[in-house]
Amino acid sequence: MSGTGPDDGANFPHLGEPDDPVGAAEAAGPVTGFRATRRGVTCWFAPPQAGIIRTLVGQVAELLGRGEEATAEEDPLEGSWDSPEEFAAMLGLSTSTDAPEDPVLARLLPDGYRDDAEAAGDFRRYTEQDLRSGKVAAARTVLATLPEGGGHIQLSADDAQAWLRAINDVRLALGVRLSITEDFQERMGQLEPDDPRSAYFWVYDWLTYLQETLVRALW
Amino acid sequence: MSVAPAEVERPEIKQDVAPDTPWVTIVWNDPVNLMSYVTYVFQTVFGYPKRKANKLMLDVHHKGRAVVSSGTRESMERDAQVLHGYGLWATVSHDS
Repeated sequence: MSGTGPDDGANFPHLGEPDDPVGAAEAAGPVTGFRATRRGVTCWFAPPQAGIIRTLVGQVAELLGRGEEATAEEDPLEGSWDSPEEFAAMLGLSTSTDAPEDPVLARLLPDGYRDDAEAAGDFRRYTEQDLRSGKVAAARTVLATLPEGGGHIQLSADDAQAWLRAINDVRLALGVRLSITEDFQERMGQLEPDDPRSAYFWVYDWLTYLQETLVRALW
Repeated sequence: MSVAPAEVERPEIKQDVAPDTPWVTIVWNDPVNLMSYVTYVFQTVFGYPKRKANKLMLDVHHKGRAVVSSGTRESMERDAQVLHGYGLWATVSHDS
């Protein structure tokens, strides 16, 4: 588990490289966290910061959504009934019983049993579709409540819950791709300034800070 | 949360354990989930008081895992699914 508190999380390394693949350098402007107010939790985002969150949340949703393509929001009776995948998707069932091969998906959709492949397969068949849909819905809430140009946002209690889970899913995905370990702060400090991973580490650290402030604002 | 499992008849529930053997939900340590977040999730999902939720979080952190709930197999699978919705690494077991 990561114990980064808001005070530690605010110590962002300075990034100045021009070939910053995700725009983290431009985002290194005023970083603010979530705050609790009488009308819900609020936060302010610079336009590049909003862009980074929208891009990453959108990517995770796309990755997760591939398994639920058949659950189009159309009249189910209009759909094709000869595909077992589509039929299963209408019932909220997954035809897959194997853990996803993509390590990011495997982390976001983990096995429900550890040493019982058959039980894990059954669990996946009955739960994976709903899990994917729930995560995609949370991601869509973030996209719907965070304007592309950033600015001041104010979240309802439900929307804040969606943010919490969607931002965490992005952190989990980045954690897999960056091989994040509990000593990641140390590793980040050892990266050469021109290491292309620096920007991603910065984004991960920033999202960690955002999530920490969101948890505290909701408590 | 809208991650209740689909209401579907489930075939072949294994009956090879004594009915009074409790099933448990286990949460495993991982390097990404924040300590504050895990405590918050335990409070939110199970309604545990902060002190209990915090103790379970510390067990996960220091011992690598913790039993966070116990009951029927079906309810443990529901708990695991909800925890997966929050991104926690949870599994169901009957021998903790």
